[in-house]
Amino acid sequence: MFESLTDKLGSALRNLRGVGRLTDENMADALKEVRTALLAADVHFTVARDFVERIRIQCAGQDVLKSVTPGQQIIKIIHDELVKLLGEGETSLSAARTLKILMVGLHGSGKTTSTAKLGKLLKKRGYRPLVVACDIYRPAAIDQLEILAKQEELAFYADRNSRDVPAIGAAAFEAARTATADCIIFDTAGRLQIDHDLVEEVRKLHAKVQPDEVLLVADGALGQEAVNVAKAFHDALELTGLILTKMDGDARGGAALSIKSITGVPIKFIGTGEKAADFDTFYPDRLASRILGMGDVVSLVEKAQESFDQKDAERMAEKMRKADFNLEDFLAQMQQVKKMGSMQSIMGMMPGMSGVQLPDDSERQIARTEAIIRSMTIQERRKPEILNGNRRKRIADGAGVKIVEVNQLMKQFQQMQQMMKMMKGGGAKKMMRQMEAMKGKGGVPGM
Amino acid sequence: MFGLYKKFKDGLAKTVSAIAAKTHGLFGGRRIAAASLDELEEALYTADFGVETTNEILAEIKQAYGKDKELRGRQAAEIGATVLQRVLAGAEGVLTPSSPAPTVIVMIGVNGSGKTTTAAKLAWMLKQDGRRVTVAACDTFRAAAIEQLKAWATRLELDLVASHTGADAAAVAFDAWQAAKARGSDYLIVDTAGRLHTKGNLLEELAKIRRVLQKHDATAPQHRWLVVDGSIGSNSIEQAKVFHKNFGLTGLVVTKLDGTSRGGAIVGIWRELKLPIYFVGLGEQPEDLQPFSVENYAKAVFSLED
Repeated sequence: MFESLTDKLGSALRNLRGVGRLTDENMADALKEVRTALLAADVHFTVARDFVERIRIQCAGQDVLKSVTPGQQIIKIIHDELVKLLGEGETSLSAARTLKILMVGLHGSGKTTSTAKLGKLLKKRGYRPLVVACDIYRPAAIDQLEILAKQEELAFYADRNSRDVPAIGAAAFEAARTATADCIIFDTAGRLQIDHDLVEEVRKLHAKVQPDEVLLVADGALGQEAVNVAKAFHDALELTGLILTKMDGDARGGAALSIKSITGVPIKFIGTGEKAADFDTFYPDRLASRILGMGDVVSLVEKAQESFDQKDAERMAEKMRKADFNLEDFLAQMQQVKKMGSMQSIMGMMPGMSGVQLPDDSERQIARTEAIIRSMTIQERRKPEILNGNRRKRIADGAGVKIVEVNQLMKQFQQMQQMMKMMKGGGAKKMMRQMEAMKGKGGVPGM
Repeated sequence: MFGLYKKFKDGLAKTVSAIAAKTHGLFGGRRIAAASLDELEEALYTADFGVETTNEILAEIKQAYGKDKELRGRQAAEIGATVLQRVLAGAEGVLTPSSPAPTVIVMIGVNGSGKTTTAAKLAWMLKQDGRRVTVAACDTFRAAAIEQLKAWATRLELDLVASHTGADAAAVAFDAWQAAKARGSDYLIVDTAGRLHTKGNLLEELAKIRRVLQKHDATAPQHRWLVVDGSIGSNSIEQAKVFHKNFGLTGLVVTKLDGTSRGGAIVGIWRELKLPIYFVGLGEQPEDLQPFSVENYAKAVFSLED
């Protein structure tokens, strides 16, 4: 697992305690760590070097604030600088109607999928998109786009008999008129930036259709190669934006910083999953945190806000405070957490947890816990103390589990209630001890 | 052998070799100055070798430079290639058919790494060797993935077992094994859907494919290969680790090495997991899939001609 920059800097800066001012000398070790961390996040060598130089200039001569440690202060400087760099430029799309978008990139970067996703997004924004299959090379690439277009109810154009890509592009305008489309997205074949013939082909297509947007689709996990790729595509086609794909993985996304620094092309969208809706506007601060290994707290909070009903949350907090928390409340709470997405994806957004793999059965465990509670009557959920042997047997049968599991859940639930009572009583120390003891027994139910 | 090396070198460096270019002729006949060691460091990093291997190569060149101030670029390149060969010793995978037939090879990897194309190319290559091969289209998820493999099968005259999009991938694998057996195939190549290594539920599907294959043959699938895009950086090490943990990988195929990427991340994977590299993809044509050779790779990366 990646060690986060925050941790690395912590150790590099230990000898900085008590220093009043940041100087080139006392910063040297820390900056070396910054560079290594950037390289480990796949930021290009020269970009990392230039970036560290910018940080050095910014840090030099700064007074160390009393309120924070030097490490935190430097991380803040780095974070702000990253956000600034990543966020420069116009991230919204051209306002032109008909809006013409050309999608380009290497093989397997996700152009066809992103074409459908972008089409869906623009449709939501009130456009009538037409997607055009210009990948005549990869077997079944046209079929793939056609299927995706059908799924998302987008107009689709292809000419399966033509080998002339610029002509296909030109013919798409007629198709757009017929379909009354006001937005045309051209999906092109994957090509190496050094493949002269294919680069020439896409240049000709570009000249023919005169796109308002030329978007480079790049795998978020690209290595040092990202710079060569982006530069060559930018030289050939004057890119207007970048789409980073497969960002639902755990790549740090350093390639984005490289591409941004070298070409100045703004990052416009990120792909975050296999479904057509998994497509997001780009937020520089989130990517900055990710590159630095600080977790994507903002996204987590937003997700929580989207899926949690504020009133529900307040009611729940009140119940917890009063230690009046029954199994019905517990079920409701589990449902809310589930609404936020898979446990694994939620973990991925927490600082320092990005690489932590949940045990494979954790989701299943939650489902079992849910099944057990759902097999209880409302009365049983509200007053779990009435659960006798017969009731437990019935519940176990209903949930398809063993009685032992019902007993286990009840025991853990009791411990949870006790904890809440202790919180209410202010017995924090006692609670800590209790939690330690619980750790060995499988922790909070279902978690 | 020379022909193969040339193929390797041409594929790996359609443009001027990146390392040679970045060091401004450092590996020509010129003498190395202290400053050019920095350039060397840059060149090694930009090949995605990662911190460890870069430092190892640098240390040896610096040591040699300390002993001999007359050290020339070519000698430095030779040292680099030697270190790389030492690090990668044993990393060449050799594919041999197992008994009883068919030998099952499952292609695993993240989306867009080149599994389907590799499956087709590999089948073609084994066929050229006189083997009987069946291909199973177990990517039943991605739109038109089956059509893609069907198009390859038609073009290269391959035996294909396929169902429809949305079908149970494990069921297709089960049927394909039976078909391969009935047809007397030496190999069964199983193409699977791309999946990010961070998706637990999709990893479970792979385990299921494995379980159903084992109903036919307890030793199947004999090969579980991760297909890695050569232009991906350090994350390919994470990918390999997670897939290995969940599925017990037995080897790697590295694709798209015909760009300017050096594919140095495979060195990191080898260091971490010691998974042999069976093949490298050096272009879009069927014959562009080539057996991996440590010597050729090291020489090509450092632009050393014989």
